[in-house]
Amino acid sequence: MSFAPAPQPNRRLKRLAQSVWQHRMLYLMLLPGLAYFIIFRYWPLWNAQIAFRDFQPTLGVWGSPWVGFQHFQEFFGSYYFSQLLVNTLVISLGKIVLGIPPAILLAVALHETSRRFLSRIVQTLSYLPHFLSWVIVYGILLAMLSPSEGLINAGLRAIGLEPVPFLTSTATFQPVVVLSEVWKETGWSAILFLAALLSINPALYEAAAIDGASRWQQIRHISLPGMMDVLVLVVLLKLGSILDAGFHQIFVLYSLPVYSVGDIIDTWVYRQGIQNFQFSLATAVGLFKGLIGLVLIVVANRLARRFVGTGLY
Amino acid sequence: MKKAMSRGDRLFEWTIDAFLVAVLVVTLIPMWYVVMVSLLPFGKSPSLFIPPWEWSFEAYAQLVFQPTIWRAALNSIVLTFGGVAISLTLTVMAAYPLSRRGLPGRNFIVGLILFTFLFNAGLIPTFLVVKDLGLLNTYWSILLNGAVSVYNLLVMKTFFQSLPESLEEAARIDGANDWQVLWHVVLPLSRPILLTIGLFYGVANWNNFFEPILFLSDRSLMPLPVVLRDILTGLNVAEYVEGGAAQAAPAEALKMAAVVLITLPMLLVYPWIQRYFTKGVLIGSVKE
Repeated sequence: MSFAPAPQPNRRLKRLAQSVWQHRMLYLMLLPGLAYFIIFRYWPLWNAQIAFRDFQPTLGVWGSPWVGFQHFQEFFGSYYFSQLLVNTLVISLGKIVLGIPPAILLAVALHETSRRFLSRIVQTLSYLPHFLSWVIVYGILLAMLSPSEGLINAGLRAIGLEPVPFLTSTATFQPVVVLSEVWKETGWSAILFLAALLSINPALYEAAAIDGASRWQQIRHISLPGMMDVLVLVVLLKLGSILDAGFHQIFVLYSLPVYSVGDIIDTWVYRQGIQNFQFSLATAVGLFKGLIGLVLIVVANRLARRFVGTGLY
Repeated sequence: MKKAMSRGDRLFEWTIDAFLVAVLVVTLIPMWYVVMVSLLPFGKSPSLFIPPWEWSFEAYAQLVFQPTIWRAALNSIVLTFGGVAISLTLTVMAAYPLSRRGLPGRNFIVGLILFTFLFNAGLIPTFLVVKDLGLLNTYWSILLNGAVSVYNLLVMKTFFQSLPESLEEAARIDGANDWQVLWHVVLPLSRPILLTIGLFYGVANWNNFFEPILFLSDRSLMPLPVVLRDILTGLNVAEYVEGGAAQAAPAEALKMAAVVLITLPMLLVYPWIQRYFTKGVLIGSVKE
């Protein structure tokens, strides 16, 4: 038992001040980055109060009159509230449900094939669309889907069917959004699963083979369980950002005839805010989305830590 | 060590390879078809295979001599490289201090940054900031607003933390200050991560079309993806074709030739991108 006195608060303060002074160069270095986050990420947070005001550009953020929850009430009470929410969720869930299985299949196939060359070339080419701008993919989709010269419509015509205006028909727009995302991202999403497969101890496969397990059985009992953690993590991450249904993609692909099925929260916020100058209403809707998104991602992270042992952030 | 395969195993291998070939076909056919349509001569309807002797390069000739395209290409180059320079500098200068364990307030600052990753104030409040700063219709709006990605910052910070501390201590004993340590010791060891993160930023900038549409109003400032979008939606195809009505190539050939031309630079650097991106994704996935 020693009788060393507890460090005095002011001595601790002094030591902290000393340490801060010692690191002054590092703080200086940090300054531009910090300024960036304060100006471009925290200042908008301050501006978000216009969700509760009736923003007039001439009066500014601080001078515009308070209106409380009026914009939120207007949004929740409107017909487009449910429409936007449904479109956002349907497109997001579609992308998760139809996007993950092909990525897993591709990873397994790349892992199992004994043809090195085929594996290399499939990897290289299937990652490629991930790096293309949605504008370029829009061009590719026009080539495939346009009613006049689209390849798929040429096929439909050849077997005696009517051409379908895929990009401008309410019946086909959502499938086009989901499937074009699957086309663009499957190869890229397979990387994480492939990495999980490569980290499985090869001895497991050898032991299974000696015990007489067929290749199918090896996939079921070794490969799939080996990808479980990554799968859970990917699904949770995607569920955590379920309100992001792909703003840039839909912004490029949609048009007036398909607003009823293609409009998601983000595209609506853009149109109301930037094109119709409904700054306050659009901010309220954006804030609503941001808050739900925050809750979802925090919950998803908790679950990931609980079930996989590692978080998303 | 090829072993004799059972019939089941052979069927298995067949199925796997057939699946991979199918993936290849589904990936390639749309791209191939775009190229074919871009070579379409007048009076022909587009098909999956146009024999080489019928190819028409008129659409390319039309586009290549359009000053609009070249100006947009120049704009894209400025935005891509200017953006990478600003982003990399800011990211390194923030990631390095935050990777030092002894820095007082480090966790607080990382938390502050992480929070902006989890909670987004939305499009309109950000737009108002850019507007209030007087950056609308200037490249600074795009270059600054998207300057630092939290994800890239955290990946870089994790990488810096993984470097052996002994090297830095040795430099410090020799009297180097923090800037010198960063410049002479840390950065030379960080070439792969700098390339990876630089490519992350570069590809994002090259493909960026939304921020130019959001922040710029002057048509002459627009980068390639925005111009391509205009061509594809047929807003002003006439602007890109000399003589307007007297077109030398079918409209669809013109559109697809534009797609090909604008994809080309990406294809040229793709081998590097692919190498460093895959590494980057894996670095990111094993963070902590």
